[in-house]
Amino acid sequence: MSDAVQRRSGKKSHTNGQTNGSSKASLTEAFDKTLYDGGGGDKFAGYNLSIAAGDDDDEEAGELNGRSLVGQYTASKSQLNEFAHGDTAEADILMSREQQAQIASRETDYQKRRFERRLSPERADAFTDGDTNGASYKDVMKARELEREEERVRRAIEEKEANGGNEVLDHVPTLKDGVASEVKGDKTPPIERKRKRRWDAEPAAIEEPKAAPEVKKPRSRWGEAPDMEEKDEKMDEPTPAAAPARSRWDTATAPPAGSSAASKGAKTPGPSAPVNYSFGTDISSRNAPLSDEQLDMMLPTEGYKILEPPPGYEPVRKAVGVPQLPAGYNGYMIPESDANSSMLGKQLPTEIPGVGDLQFFKTEDMKYFGKLVDGADENDMTVEELKERKIMRLLLKVKNGTPPMRKTALRQLTDNARQFGPAALFNQILPLLMERTLEDQERHLLVKVIDRVLYKLDDLVRPFVHKILVVIEPLLIDQDYYARVEGREIISNLSKAAGLAHMISTMRPDLDHQDEYVRNTTARAFAVVASALGVPALLPFLRAVCRSKKSWHARHTGVKIVQQIPILMGCAILPHLKGLVECIGENLNDEQPKVRMVTALALAALAEAASPYGIESFDDILNPLWTGARRQRGKSLASFLKAVGYIIPLMDEEYSNYYTGQIMEIVVREFQSPDEEMKKVVLKVVSQCSKTAGVTPVYLKDEVLNEFFKHFWVRRMALDKRNYRQVVETTVDLADKAGVAEIVSRIVVNMKDENEAYRKMTVETVDKIVSTLGAHDIETRLEEQLVDGILVAFQDQTVEDPIVLDGFATVVNALGERTKTYLPQIVKLIQHRLNNKSAAVRQQAADLISRITFVMSKCDEERLLINLSSALYEYLGEEYPEVLGSILGALRAIVTVVGLQQMQPPIKDLLPRLTPILRNRHEKVQENTIDLVGRIADRGADYVNPREWMRICFELLDMLKAHKKGIRRAANNTFGYIAKAIGPQDVLATLLNNLRVQERQSRVCTAVAIGIVAETCAPFTVLPALMNEYRVPELNVQNGVLKALSFMFEYIGEMAKDYVYAITPLLEDALIDRDQVHRQTAASVVKHLALGVVGLDCEDAMVHLLNLLWPNIFETSPHVIDRIIEAIDGIRNAVGTPLVMNYVWAGLFHPARKVRQPYWRVYNDAYVQSADAMIPAYPDFEDKACHRHELDIFI
Amino acid sequence: MADKLRAQQQLESLQTRYIGTGHADTTKFEWTSNIARDSLSSYIGHPPLLQYMSIGLGQSREKTRVQLLERMIQPVGKPPEPQD
Repeated sequence: MSDAVQRRSGKKSHTNGQTNGSSKASLTEAFDKTLYDGGGGDKFAGYNLSIAAGDDDDEEAGELNGRSLVGQYTASKSQLNEFAHGDTAEADILMSREQQAQIASRETDYQKRRFERRLSPERADAFTDGDTNGASYKDVMKARELEREEERVRRAIEEKEANGGNEVLDHVPTLKDGVASEVKGDKTPPIERKRKRRWDAEPAAIEEPKAAPEVKKPRSRWGEAPDMEEKDEKMDEPTPAAAPARSRWDTATAPPAGSSAASKGAKTPGPSAPVNYSFGTDISSRNAPLSDEQLDMMLPTEGYKILEPPPGYEPVRKAVGVPQLPAGYNGYMIPESDANSSMLGKQLPTEIPGVGDLQFFKTEDMKYFGKLVDGADENDMTVEELKERKIMRLLLKVKNGTPPMRKTALRQLTDNARQFGPAALFNQILPLLMERTLEDQERHLLVKVIDRVLYKLDDLVRPFVHKILVVIEPLLIDQDYYARVEGREIISNLSKAAGLAHMISTMRPDLDHQDEYVRNTTARAFAVVASALGVPALLPFLRAVCRSKKSWHARHTGVKIVQQIPILMGCAILPHLKGLVECIGENLNDEQPKVRMVTALALAALAEAASPYGIESFDDILNPLWTGARRQRGKSLASFLKAVGYIIPLMDEEYSNYYTGQIMEIVVREFQSPDEEMKKVVLKVVSQCSKTAGVTPVYLKDEVLNEFFKHFWVRRMALDKRNYRQVVETTVDLADKAGVAEIVSRIVVNMKDENEAYRKMTVETVDKIVSTLGAHDIETRLEEQLVDGILVAFQDQTVEDPIVLDGFATVVNALGERTKTYLPQIVKLIQHRLNNKSAAVRQQAADLISRITFVMSKCDEERLLINLSSALYEYLGEEYPEVLGSILGALRAIVTVVGLQQMQPPIKDLLPRLTPILRNRHEKVQENTIDLVGRIADRGADYVNPREWMRICFELLDMLKAHKKGIRRAANNTFGYIAKAIGPQDVLATLLNNLRVQERQSRVCTAVAIGIVAETCAPFTVLPALMNEYRVPELNVQNGVLKALSFMFEYIGEMAKDYVYAITPLLEDALIDRDQVHRQTAASVVKHLALGVVGLDCEDAMVHLLNLLWPNIFETSPHVIDRIIEAIDGIRNAVGTPLVMNYVWAGLFHPARKVRQPYWRVYNDAYVQSADAMIPAYPDFEDKACHRHELDIFI
Repeated sequence: MADKLRAQQQLESLQTRYIGTGHADTTKFEWTSNIARDSLSSYIGHPPLLQYMSIGLGQSREKTRVQLLERMIQPVGKPPEPQD
């Protein structure tokens, strides 16, 4: 026996690689190895464990006895792989689908610039003393200075190269002029010297990585290899610029399992951090850099190409001071074949040890979560490593897991956030968020993690504020609204956690960052901070920034912050308006045009948010703004005009009149500007000015209208959608002031224009003007022109457009009785078009009828209406459902105005034609027929014989299955009308039979219909039949009856009191049924019944029902228990709170929690609804302290 | 699980809105305190009842009202010592 055990355990440890040599027999393995061979062994031994997916697996396909049989017949490898790589590669459909989901794929180039930002080193927290590891404010400001300088130099070089080619540059002049002189003499000579040195060294010291971009012929083949030393723990995911070859290096030097940013995050940042070189099976940290010789040795010279670094590439890591190779370093070790990058694409695990089944696992995830599958023994790990893995696992669960997994993982992360500490958490989360292939869902989840964690970490988060901002700020300019909201949420929580002072010191260096993208996002983030911590707190800082002497970038960003604040906060800025305006007022006269522009835009935003209040805050800037507008040109004039446009509506009559006069000259001049942006602004300003009280119609007519129509009412404007909308809007606003006739007479001729888009634009404008202002001041001549024009526009449509239809209907309705003379012409047109070959034309004609019937009857044109209705009757055989629906709608409209009596064809002919149409499944048809039929049933049921109505009843049952609620509701109401017309018996019989059908929705609707019938025909006509039906021993029927009763009692309300005692035995039976749905439905009957009879002397029956109901409070199914509790609530209302509370006291402190819980639920409901009524009912306590002595007072 | 969580959250939100509501772990002390406070505020909130009690106590209504208000502080004595 021991032998067998030995053998087995030996085998096990051999096959499974387990090292615990247990001497116990396993319960899960067959003991008898001779019979059940290989029970503990690897039963797949000898099989290929994976499906061949790579190229190299093909080779061994036909290998037999060392001889290949098939290999010689295949095409050459180059032929086979011709379309697999390179430019000719065929796109992988799945891959492209995957990429579409990625956020990066739909970002604009500008938004993509977020990838150029890097996570900055941790910042010191100024509020804790002692802890000074992390960049201080001073360091960061210095670094920014340096970056700006580098950028300037780079630009200078580029410029030089562009101008003068590649000859050795003469740098001296560039250094001395311009910016150098801007920095004042007292401004630290050392910086100057440093810059000079770098600059000087450039052409000579080529090996210095700084010079990399312009190295023409590198001395070494390998410009600079990836480097261990990381001055700041910048992320080393493949940078966007990295070509494929480079990423190969990355994965080769860094084993896939390791090098997650977290391990680096744990290291203390600082120059040349000591690196732990551990070589073994587990290479978890970054390797030493490979020297060029080593690379040359390892790689073949053919087939590899050393890529030139792309222009503008700056190495992340400085190669200066390559660390000493550690003792015992013996060259590069070729990684295990299964651990190299090739495995990434091939075998992606779906199950990670300790994580469980994931929803998906992407290639890129391997980079971050690879550690989890490296199979390292957790026993020899430090606490830190364990913690890291724990977080990693939780994050993976949150990101890729199923919803329940996600939920628990998120909860664990939140609860343990303080134990994990901010460093460990953010060093893993933030790099994930910077991943290029991130998808919306993943981003959302990770952002959610940050949000939750922030809340717990509170001020511990300070050192990471900037890192978080780098990741979150791009969300603020995402095109997805929810992403923007999420971003704001995070930043506002962040600022609340870190405090204003820290936020300012963290974000200040970014305000004059050399990259516009960074400044823009920082401005937006600052606005969020302002809204979170209050504008007044930030105002002094903003004032200082907006007046910054040092750089116009800072001023620009400061003004931009002020611009973003009103956009974010809306009218909530009103209390601080004066401060904000004062803050930026002076920048209107800034020497930088960009600053002036953004200032004007900020003023516009402030005025827009403040509207219609706050003109007094703008007093100081009115003059500079107006005079400034005269001086500006082009884009900056546009922004000034925009500000003017938003400020004018705030003014009172007198002022607005004056200031409009001042500016209108410029506006009118700019009417002819070809610039789209300017056009937009000018149009907006015109409509804003014309809305103010100070601008008179006469002024508009004299000064504006002629020019306006000359420049904007041209065909070209109709072609661009944005211009189109603007012009229409502005014209409508002008009409508001100048009058309908004035405007309409100017554009009415355009309705006959040859350009369809232009005609449409005219019709839409007329529609909007006439529908708001009416057609009263349109005189006869114009009226003729108008109707004539709209007829032409209607007739000449090539594409049937609802705009023209609307315009037609509006004009006809506005003219009212004046239309009479034109009606014969219109009807003729409609009849003609009803006959048209095209379905769309027919549909539009029918739609037009339903829109103008009212006016036709007002003009006493019944005869024409009857003509139309007989024509429509002929078209009921229409086969296009859309058209048929419109025809039915038109018929209904005619019936409504003509009345059933006068209707031609008579109702008794019309309705039988409708019965088969009821069977049509198309929603539009159903809706219109049921409406028509319902109207007939309601008003003129006696025109049709009862048999026909019964037929319709049967058809209506099918309608109860309709998807649209409106249709089902209309069908139910129609049941009520029909039952009223022909008596409930037959209808009820039909409905009761329908309770037997399978479909739930149909049964529910039938129950509703029964309820309606009971309501319209009095309950006593229905109740006996219903109660009789309950005796059918069929679950569906009984439930249906109960449901019908429930609806009935809901509808009849107080009438229920006459039926309480009649219905009680039935409810009694239902409440003690074994089936819980039965009890549930019965409970809802009880609820409606009880609420109906409140205060009507039915307490005895109610208490009886309560007794039957009460034991059900232990139900656990959510629907059932909800209905039961509701029923108890209902009864409490009917019999009074104290009576019901008598039931509750018994269980509130029952020893069993299972009992206490539902009792407290009932208690809480009673407390919420009628706490005061409970006061007299509370139990009397013996205990002196709890006794309510006041109640003992007796007079 | 999810249901339980939701029920828990609902209860929490209920509790923040209505202090007097309870749950399966409500102690006698909490419950009786709530009862006492609710009762006192109810007496104050029904002027006829307050009047009645004042007459019974032989003092002005305002005085009774203040007395009742003051009794709301630890209405059933000190909270029990925590047991662990």
